[in-house]
Amino acid sequence: MLMYLCRRIAAIVPVVLIVGVLVFLMLRLTPGDPAAVIAGNSASSEDIAQIRSQLGLDQPIAAQFFIWAGKMVVGDFGESFFYKKTVASLIVDRLEPTLALAVLTIILATVISVPLGALAAYRQGSWVDRVVMGFSVLGFSAPVFVIGYLLIYVFSVKLGWFPVQGYQRLSDGFGGFIYRLILPSITLSIVYIALLARMTRTSVLEVLNEDYVRTARSKGLSSMKVLVRHALRNAAVPIVTVIGVSIALLISGVVVTESVFNIPGLGRLTVDAVLARDYPTVQAVVLLFSLTYVVINLTIDLLYLVLDPRIRY
Amino acid sequence: MSSAIVHEPSSSDSAAEDPVAPTEGLPPVQRNLGVWSRVRRNVSAQIGAALIAVIVLMGVGAPLLSAWDPDGINPAARNKTPGYETTIRDDDGNKVAYRALMGTDTLGRDIYTRVLYGARVSLVIGVSVAALSVAIGLALGVVAGYFRWLDGLVMRFMDGLMAIPAILLAIALVSLSGASLTTVIIAITIPQVPTVVRLVRSIVLMIREEPYVEAAISVGTPTPKILWRHVLPNTFAPLIVQATFLCGSAILLEAILSFLGVGMPSDVPTWGNIMAEGRSLFQIYPHMILFPGIFLAVTVLAINMLGDGLRDSIDPRMSKQL
Repeated sequence: MLMYLCRRIAAIVPVVLIVGVLVFLMLRLTPGDPAAVIAGNSASSEDIAQIRSQLGLDQPIAAQFFIWAGKMVVGDFGESFFYKKTVASLIVDRLEPTLALAVLTIILATVISVPLGALAAYRQGSWVDRVVMGFSVLGFSAPVFVIGYLLIYVFSVKLGWFPVQGYQRLSDGFGGFIYRLILPSITLSIVYIALLARMTRTSVLEVLNEDYVRTARSKGLSSMKVLVRHALRNAAVPIVTVIGVSIALLISGVVVTESVFNIPGLGRLTVDAVLARDYPTVQAVVLLFSLTYVVINLTIDLLYLVLDPRIRY
Repeated sequence: MSSAIVHEPSSSDSAAEDPVAPTEGLPPVQRNLGVWSRVRRNVSAQIGAALIAVIVLMGVGAPLLSAWDPDGINPAARNKTPGYETTIRDDDGNKVAYRALMGTDTLGRDIYTRVLYGARVSLVIGVSVAALSVAIGLALGVVAGYFRWLDGLVMRFMDGLMAIPAILLAIALVSLSGASLTTVIIAITIPQVPTVVRLVRSIVLMIREEPYVEAAISVGTPTPKILWRHVLPNTFAPLIVQATFLCGSAILLEAILSFLGVGMPSDVPTWGNIMAEGRSLFQIYPHMILFPGIFLAVTVLAINMLGDGLRDSIDPRMSKQL
């Protein structure tokens, strides 16, 4: 067990390293001298040289990578060219909206899609099944921003139920915070619901053919109990796996949703930073998102042990 | 048919092992039903293919379907809602009736015309990305699956690439090299490659254990020939399915990039760009986002439906894996 844990954690080291190298190269391959960019237009060549040695740009590329990686590890992401703040503080500022949006989306998607998928499996071939599966294909194809604008148009512009755009910090009141997050998280959760409902249906269908489900039925348990206690519990592993794998999907959705709803989160920060050619910020955010993806998938691997006691490593 | 049941009564085991051996009481297994006739019977594939055909015709026939220039600016007809009618003086000074089927944008350009031309960009990008990522993924996947000593290296690299969210990787790549059709295609292709590599590798790993490959090795068939004759053909069916889905997600990704302002140059009529231009006035003129949005959604839906249909008909086992 402990061995397994160590092995799994050791296995992400090369992945993280490769992500690091890729992200590092991304900045180094940019046309132009980063030192000149930082120094600005009015800098003398001495200024640029000084910044270059400060950043370690006069060292060989391998050494540069280790200097950079060392700084990343201790959370020193450098200073944003554009915002004139440390990238670390910038990220901390923007973390709350993104985290809130992502968590709310996952909760919403799970709460809606798992029962839908289970029901579709339980009534396989019925109209419920067809509607769920039809929605699934539809939801998977609809672009996030099209859904977002459609929802804004119907519920904010026409009906006036929700504010059009914007975000309220948690510290300014919980009610307003959730209220403003409702439309964005519905928007973002559509793709997720489509994917999860489909996966839930498939894995519940498989489990429903198992002997223990038949046993549970034959001993007189109600259908609902069989579905929830026996079928769904055993179908949990593939469902949770999909939640993990599609974190990548969620991250790309966050970037778009934040732009549509004008939410000052990490996704918006990435797009703004790219448009402003603010490379240290881009680097840090890409690195952060990638690490999140790796860590979440590791966590999910470990979660299997809790979800399914039969799995032993 | 009944005479074909169990030729050798002595070996009942072989009959049980053969999945297509007809058994009494069961309908005869239709093994001669080819893949294409199964695809043609698949409703999802049919609808998908028909919709795609319409979109392709729209893109190809854009100059025939609209008499207007997608980049033609008309200051007098800015921000007009769908159905707006006016007369325009053409180059020869004649009055021509103009009807904005889907309205006009903030520069007075005809949105209907721009949507038609936008289909071209989307389709070109979708097809190129799918072809390119399949080509690269196939090469890397075969190498990783067949040459064990390269496997670890290639796959760890793919794991790393996969950990970076596709959209961020694409955004970063475009921002580094400047927006153009080529950079957008490359930037969208790179994040897609790992999925193809994984798929191909898993197929190759399976195939190389097959007796016929072992037999080929044992008679001294050169490796390139084994790969060409035995391994490659087995990857085609799953790759066609994968390529279809890749095409859909590439179109979606391109639209997202353009929409965020980091994709194709903003004067090129793409669905994403049309929507990006309509963002600021969306509350008053929703048509600027609505029409390109519908076409984008329908196109991606059609491609995914075709992909679903292909997957179900080519390999029913694959459909279980999602």
